[in-house]
Amino acid sequence: MKSLLPLVIVLVLATAYGIWHKMREGTFKVRKAKAAVLDAKMLGAPLGSRVTLVQFSSAFCTPCRTTRALLSQMTADMDDVAHLHIDAEANLDLVNRLNILSTPTTLILDKSGTEVGRAVGAPKRDEVLAAIASVK
Amino acid sequence: MSQQLKTPTLIDVRGPRFSATITVIVLAIALATQNAWVLALQAVVFAIGAIRGPQFTPYAFIFKRVVKPRLRGEVVTEDSRPPQFAQSVGFIFALVGLLGAAIGSSLVFGIAVGFALAAAFLNSVFNYCLGCEMYLLVLRIRTR
Repeated sequence: MKSLLPLVIVLVLATAYGIWHKMREGTFKVRKAKAAVLDAKMLGAPLGSRVTLVQFSSAFCTPCRTTRALLSQMTADMDDVAHLHIDAEANLDLVNRLNILSTPTTLILDKSGTEVGRAVGAPKRDEVLAAIASVK
Repeated sequence: MSQQLKTPTLIDVRGPRFSATITVIVLAIALATQNAWVLALQAVVFAIGAIRGPQFTPYAFIFKRVVKPRLRGEVVTEDSRPPQFAQSVGFIFALVGLLGAAIGSSLVFGIAVGFALAAAFLNSVFNYCLGCEMYLLVLRIRTR
């Protein structure tokens, strides 16, 4: 046994990061400054009449599948909300422009296509409902 | 990334988490004892997981033979590609660590093993998805 100090440091830092990561995972953050404006042409599908959820997914991502199932099931009976699913790898231009760093990332757009918030990681049902309700 | 063209293989989600736990123990021993042979062993496991898939490693074998028959509850499956990606990242860190040991740098060894250990620990305890966090970043850097 040489020293346990490096091991302790790694485990403490990883635990702190893990807790921080879990806390912010899937929560919708409001973006005020330099909000992006998206349209049907960029997204390849029409916007919702009131709200659009734009989900970015990638291949090596297990929570992307759960998020996709949750969002499409939730929005199925909402007439004024659209759920668009985008493969990040095939749309790197858009990913760069919107500065998307990890998957799943879900943007919430108002009816003009302006980004009003985004959730990084798998969002929870209540968070999604609250975010949709908050868009005028 | 030719594996994306293949149809996804579905595996029990508990398998990679069990394997991550064993990985944490092995890498913790490697880090605490500064033993390159322990890291070399883990590097072989990572290589199998990265090339053949996470369901073919010795740890997955233990899971299938010993752990899984004792587990109850509904089997939730996942695509094998996200954990396979994580195994490749682990393999790269293990290689860097071995390189450090080969040139006699315990600092390089310690940092590389530390990162691999942190990733395995996050996966094991927090169900952290390395592919979610890293794959897009790698792509964005590569296409810049």
